Amino acid sequence: MRLPLLALLARGPAHGYELKQDLEQLLGAAYPQPNVGQIYVTLGRLEKTGLIEGEEVEQSSRPNKKIYHLTEAGREALRAWYEEAADEPRVRDEFFMKLALAPQTGLADQIALINKQRRQYLNTMRDLSKLAAAEDRDNRIAQLLIEGAMLHLQADLDWLERCQEELEELE
Amino acid sequence: MNDHPTPLLRAEGLVKTHHGEGAPAHAVRGVDLRVARGEFVAVTGPSGAGKSTLLHLLGGLQRPDDGSIWLDGDCTDSYTEARWAVERRKRIGIVFQFFNLVSNLSVADNVELPALLAGAPPKQARAAREELLAELGLAGKERSMPGELSGGEQQRVALARALVNHPPLLLADEPAGSLDSKGTREVMRLLSRFHQRGQTIVLVTHDARLASAADRVISFFDGRIADDAELDGASPRRSGISGVLELKD
Repeated sequence: MRLPLLALLARGPAHGYELKQDLEQLLGAAYPQPNVGQIYVTLGRLEKTGLIEGEEVEQSSRPNKKIYHLTEAGREALRAWYEEAADEPRVRDEFFMKLALAPQTGLADQIALINKQRRQYLNTMRDLSKLAAAEDRDNRIAQLLIEGAMLHLQADLDWLERCQEELEELE
Repeated sequence: MNDHPTPLLRAEGLVKTHHGEGAPAHAVRGVDLRVARGEFVAVTGPSGAGKSTLLHLLGGLQRPDDGSIWLDGDCTDSYTEARWAVERRKRIGIVFQFFNLVSNLSVADNVELPALLAGAPPKQARAAREELLAELGLAGKERSMPGELSGGEQQRVALARALVNHPPLLLADEPAGSLDSKGTREVMRLLSRFHQRGQTIVLVTHDARLASAADRVISFFDGRIADDAELDGASPRRSGISGVLELKD
């Protein structure tokens, strides 16, 4: 979340709650449980590392609020972020190691593991389909985020299918 | 017996082996299946797993080597080809991957033909066609020929044709198999909508996105049912959806 917050601040100074609203507007329902606490914590860390600076602003009837702006170091960090290609999405190594080691432990059947994992993915896929249907169709960014998640899950499901094909032959 | 109302579709011990050149292919190797009225069941699995053959057996497009199929409690063992053709007009609608529209008939005629063949008066066939085409966003395309439409539009015409006689059962064989991502989403949305109105659907697909529109997913491997799971949308670990969408620090 650090760099997306920096990116939001590149446009101009803002306080924590505004940043939360910006994220919500950008990602719509695709952004699960926007957590304002997490945003404040991250802003605190960014300030400590000198990437942003906060300024207390007095409010008449409410507690002070802190308006943050990007520092030159922050702008540099953001530039570096855009220079680099992002890492590949994770391979599901935890499930893979469970699967690979199952025969040795005698504690789980590989095909049963695959079936269980598939059910989980399919249920998540269903949740994502519902989310896509509920989300504003014109919010392209939100729709693309959901579609990306669905395509990744699709690939994971295809890969489970391959595991099942290969491992069933051995049985 | 009253605990289990008659399933709309039931199959017991279905077996089908294809004898072509080379070794015989065991496409379906002993399948039992029950589909209740109003259910939306997806059958997924790798290509060559036999899932399309299974669907063809359920629609009477191929006959099993062994086993039986019941439609709404009626055993189909003694059905002739002609009887199956009647069932496919009245009780079973089918959509295919490649639409299978009649290329030299207009969109309107493609949709009205099965209604007329089933004995509907022309006026009623036209009314049913108009309603369905409007519903499927195809109003204004009545006079088009199938070849003038996009793949997604052709599949919607095929869906209208399959549903024009209000069959209790809709079979769909890779309905998005030749469509792009947008067309796939469209088919998914329409199947969900008809299902919400009570349409019973059996869908064969290798596309998990499409399958996730169903409320039950059967995993088909090597001619057999490997898993049969109800999707309730509630992943055991609620991390599911946020886990795949969350922005990591």
